[in-house]
Amino acid sequence: MKLPRFSRKTLCIPYAVFLIFFVIIPMCVILFYAFTDKNMHVSGTNFVRFFSDPTKLSTIVYSLVIALITTVICLVIAYPVALILAHSKIKKKFVILMLFVLPMWINFVLRVNAIRELFNLLSQINELEGLESANIFKTIFGMVYDFLPFMILPLYTTMMKIDTSLYEASADLGAGPVTTFFRITVPLSMPGVMSGVTMVFLPSMTNYVVSDMLGNAKVTIIGKFIYEYFGSDWHMGSMVAFVLLLVVFASTLFSGGFKSEENVRGTNL
Amino acid sequence: MAENIIELQDVTKYFGENLVIDHMSFGIKKGEFITFLGPSGCGKTTTLRMIAGFDLPTSGKILLNDEDISSLPPNKRPVNTVFQRYALFPHFNVFENIAFGLRCKRVVNTYKNGNGEEYTKKEKLSKQEIAAKVKKALALVDLEGFEKRSISTLSGGQQQRVAIARAVVNEPEILLLDEPLGALDLKMRKEMQIELKKIHDRLGITFIYVTHDQEEALTMSDTIVVMADGVVQQIGTPTKIYNEPANTFVADFIGESNIFTGTVVGKNKVKFCGKTFECVDNFGEGEQVDVVVRPEDILMCAAEDGILKGEVISVVFKGIHYEITVQVGKYELVVQSTESRKVGEMIGLRVAPDGIHLMKPRYTTNVFDGVINKANNVEFAGGEFECDVTQLYPGSHLDEDGYLITAAGEKLDLTDTEVKVEVGLHDIEISDDEDAGGTTGHIISIIYKGDHYRLIVRTGDSDEDEDFVFATEDLWNENDYVSVIIPKEKIKLSLKHKEKEDEA
Repeated sequence: MKLPRFSRKTLCIPYAVFLIFFVIIPMCVILFYAFTDKNMHVSGTNFVRFFSDPTKLSTIVYSLVIALITTVICLVIAYPVALILAHSKIKKKFVILMLFVLPMWINFVLRVNAIRELFNLLSQINELEGLESANIFKTIFGMVYDFLPFMILPLYTTMMKIDTSLYEASADLGAGPVTTFFRITVPLSMPGVMSGVTMVFLPSMTNYVVSDMLGNAKVTIIGKFIYEYFGSDWHMGSMVAFVLLLVVFASTLFSGGFKSEENVRGTNL
Repeated sequence: MAENIIELQDVTKYFGENLVIDHMSFGIKKGEFITFLGPSGCGKTTTLRMIAGFDLPTSGKILLNDEDISSLPPNKRPVNTVFQRYALFPHFNVFENIAFGLRCKRVVNTYKNGNGEEYTKKEKLSKQEIAAKVKKALALVDLEGFEKRSISTLSGGQQQRVAIARAVVNEPEILLLDEPLGALDLKMRKEMQIELKKIHDRLGITFIYVTHDQEEALTMSDTIVVMADGVVQQIGTPTKIYNEPANTFVADFIGESNIFTGTVVGKNKVKFCGKTFECVDNFGEGEQVDVVVRPEDILMCAAEDGILKGEVISVVFKGIHYEITVQVGKYELVVQSTESRKVGEMIGLRVAPDGIHLMKPRYTTNVFDGVINKANNVEFAGGEFECDVTQLYPGSHLDEDGYLITAAGEKLDLTDTEVKVEVGLHDIEISDDEDAGGTTGHIISIIYKGDHYRLIVRTGDSDEDEDFVFATEDLWNENDYVSVIIPKEKIKLSLKHKEKEDEA
């Protein structure tokens, strides 16, 4: 029996359909809502309202700052871990890596809940409860805990791919361990850093489950905002989503995510 | 000795439990092009890496200009390496790659202050100095104008040149090259060989070159160090190593060889292939020797004029010469000549005395450490063999319970007795039936010796392997998995503790 032969174009159809219905059309809908008013007339009022409202602007900045702090802390913790794991000769390093990644297998909400309970327990001893800074601290703690594996994995895979003879060559040419680290290890692990940063920064800007549960709903980030608006005002909600899209676009542009070279982004796991 | 720039003193290296370098000692003269040559896994790259500082010797010393550098890190050693796969930094362009070493360098400059007092400062090289040195290095490898190119746009040969420039720009005392031409195609390799030789002449520094390619070693080196199994087999000039190989391994590894087992029958007379030949080497009469004859040293003549007479069984044209295989009785000889012969023709062969090289056999007998077990069998080399234990005590016999009764009537339990086991080269057989013999292993070496093959079978795992060396007429393949059969009466045993007593 002769098997039917599909051309490349035919095989693309399901993907095209998917892209049209689940990416392009929803995007257009968001754009449409963002730039219309309640009577479905095209207007820029949402846009003006958004950028003239200090609360909304400060929320954006606030989200950015929280995401930034989370990302930096993740990077500071993950980089040495990935470096040590990638360089160690121990046979069971897969197991150690697994231990870092294992929390990802447990339900996200459960994990955040566990941290909340932990903090509740601690707050009975300490009297931090209710303080604004305590809420922010707890939110960032929860985010770091949740997103750390997403930073470790790309860093680890990028570092594993660095040819060890490059380190030897560097030492051979007279560079000490510090020089080798800054001139060889850091630049060559940049793709991993970039993809790790993208994978931590973006979700931590929008993931309001953590901030809701750990920040006693007192820490409002942009994701929460969108969620709340879609309860009442779809037009404003769409506008916030649209602004977020621009922020994401800008940050991806900044981190070089649009460069065509494959190794720029490293391995996205 | 001051003229030796590098000296290895009794260097031993283990990787885990694996012995890689076995008590190696030799010196390298300043300014030479020296090659470490050997099959893969012989320890040549490890030796190089210990000189570079990437691996530290387990024991022994490495001296550089009479100073012990064994435990110095690589960045503190005045040597530079050209890596096997170049190891160029992919995130730098050609200029930055070459300048890397220069930027790490600090030079001591002397200045005079206002009072005329001299003081010294450790300083980085200036931008101009670096640029000038890089330019010079690029000129040396014929890559002028390549400064701004990125590494990924270069061809293999160009990357190779950048790697050389990056190493020599630091003006090292020794340049280490770890199979640098291995990744290039044949034509490129030939060109780079000549190029490297030129660079060596121009710089005048010591080159240590690692390769498994005997032709490359012969073409380029001033001195060749032939290694096998972590042991130096021979050190000498290419001519010396080719013409006077120290043992059959060197003879077989470098160039084509006819290798026979012969007996010295008088002063400068050796008997092999059933005939007596004149030779120049001198050994004690009656001694068994390995005889090596290079194919080009065998002269063909009319059948009646030759010392040996045989039938041509194959003729292969090799470009410059013909390779002619001649069957003489049960022996097979390979002859290289510019003249051709017809297959089936009867021809005579003779060898000039200086074409015959005699050497002490590398293996005369197999010796193992063994233990007698409950069944009065001997265990060694990862297997169990039947043996005659009564030979341990002259005049003894076994009783029905397996106890040994000595000549004096003493009753002995031999279980766990440590013994020395000796097996002759001709007393071992192998079979591809895994259960046929006492132990199993892989064939790791086959050397054709005219009328038979000399095989080495390695048993056990890498931690405690044992080699069986023996002669066979059957053709096997390297890496065949075989079992080793030794007839009961051919296993010679002697008591171990007895020897110790004798020594004491």
